[in-house]
Amino acid sequence: MAEEMRIVLRNYGKIDPLKIEDYIAQGGYKPLEKARSMDKEALIDEVKKSNLRGRGGAGFNCGQKWLFAYKADSDVKYVICNADEGEPGTYKDRMIMENDPHTVLEGMAICGYAIGATKGYIYLRGEYPQLVDILNTAIAQAKEKGVLGEFDIEVRSGAGAYVCGEETALIESIEGKRGEPRYKPPYPPVEGLWNKPTIVNNVETFANIPVILEKGGDWYASIGVPSYPGTKVFTLTGDINNKTFFEVPTNTTVRELIYKFGGGIPGGKKFKAVQIGGTSGAFLSEEQLDTPVAFDNMAAVGATLGSGAVFVLDESRDVVDVTTRIAKFFEHESCGKCAPCREGTARMHELMEKLNAGKGSAADIALLERLGRVMSYSCLCGLGQAAPTPVLTTIERFQADYNAKLM
Amino acid sequence: MDYKDIIAKYADMPGGIIESFHAIQKELSYLPEEAIVEAAKVFNIPAAEAYGVATFYSMFSTNSRGKNVIRICESAPCHVAGAAEVVAALERELGIKMGESTPDGLFALEFTECVGQCQATPVITINGKPYLDVSPAKIPGILAEYK
Repeated sequence: MAEEMRIVLRNYGKIDPLKIEDYIAQGGYKPLEKARSMDKEALIDEVKKSNLRGRGGAGFNCGQKWLFAYKADSDVKYVICNADEGEPGTYKDRMIMENDPHTVLEGMAICGYAIGATKGYIYLRGEYPQLVDILNTAIAQAKEKGVLGEFDIEVRSGAGAYVCGEETALIESIEGKRGEPRYKPPYPPVEGLWNKPTIVNNVETFANIPVILEKGGDWYASIGVPSYPGTKVFTLTGDINNKTFFEVPTNTTVRELIYKFGGGIPGGKKFKAVQIGGTSGAFLSEEQLDTPVAFDNMAAVGATLGSGAVFVLDESRDVVDVTTRIAKFFEHESCGKCAPCREGTARMHELMEKLNAGKGSAADIALLERLGRVMSYSCLCGLGQAAPTPVLTTIERFQADYNAKLM
Repeated sequence: MDYKDIIAKYADMPGGIIESFHAIQKELSYLPEEAIVEAAKVFNIPAAEAYGVATFYSMFSTNSRGKNVIRICESAPCHVAGAAEVVAALERELGIKMGESTPDGLFALEFTECVGQCQATPVITINGKPYLDVSPAKIPGILAEYK
């Protein structure tokens, strides 16, 4: 059985997050010093060797991404930390930033050195105003100590738009615009913030970097599932005894998350469904519970690891009702730039409301399936492409719930 | 502070219009039309674009609203934890519907999506401050802090 293993949360409860001395006493900012003594390509190679993949949901190889930005020819480059944690049921990045802000700053500074950037931004979701002070305090302390060298970090606040978690929408927002995703390519490592090469990595991704530098890429690559090594922070919500967070190696199974770490379902009730990866994630039934949480293992059962949210429903829950609520979320959060998402999320919500009210037919379900398929490949960004996932996976795996509500 | 002074503070910040909007709302609770027009001038963009920014983000309001903004999470984890009962209790206690403000200008009631405090659902925030494990019984006590 898997045990909890803390890499990104290694300093949780051990340090005063507002004291840089505490972070330094735990070995903090030594990895940055080490990084700066290395050749840049060798440094990027070490990150590549760790096989660390982006923790924001897309799972792209972090070192590879850095290499693109390193190779891009430009006198100005940027590092952005994506702290726009908007996926419902997720609060892992908040835990990291609240309890160990310096690990994020250090990860960003290492990236800055690697790609040749001297300016970094933390794009913090507007719902976390209390974190602005924590991060700014940490930045001020790091500047005073001189540990960041010439690397400068600025905090920018979002204002309540889920789509800004998409990296090009996030970039638009930092530029002071509506947070609408850009057409890709070009990708940010080539052309990002103010059209300069830009690395956008998630909070959890950056928090891994200092440890990888300290212990080596090989060490990191040996943890968990080789294709998606390391640990992942999960946040458990819904019908679960331990509504809390855990950091576990990626070979941990969903069943272990729910029953071992989560302590099972409250009130002696039976398990019914679990949604992994946030509100855009797939619903799994009992049969898929022994899947490891790693990215590709999840993909094999039509799911995404996403942000690491684990939303559990017990036997008394109405899957159609919950999915209808989720469909409403996507209609609200669609930015409206592309028609398949703007129209698709609205029609999907409409059809789900109809079914949930007991006024739908089998033809409506067939229509939802077709609409979902079209959206998954025709929408401009990940929001619209993933929006149908909860609908499609519940239709597939919880047919009885739908049938019970047919007209 | 006057909105003009607030916006002026961000004039040299590239892309700083969103930060200036946050700062204006902290003072006024919403973005008056004159402030949006002024921001457009300072950041050198058309007024339509500045208005587009102001209306894109759910935390910004272009309509006058109550001083203390209460937001109730209605995302799935709060939904299954009983957010609907909290909504009903807030509406009852304040005598207004979702999306409205109290006549004394003290409170505004809004829906929000996930605020990232899912360890203790349902969750509401007042002026950004989260209140956890909220139940209808807790509402009067929470509101009393702001009266």
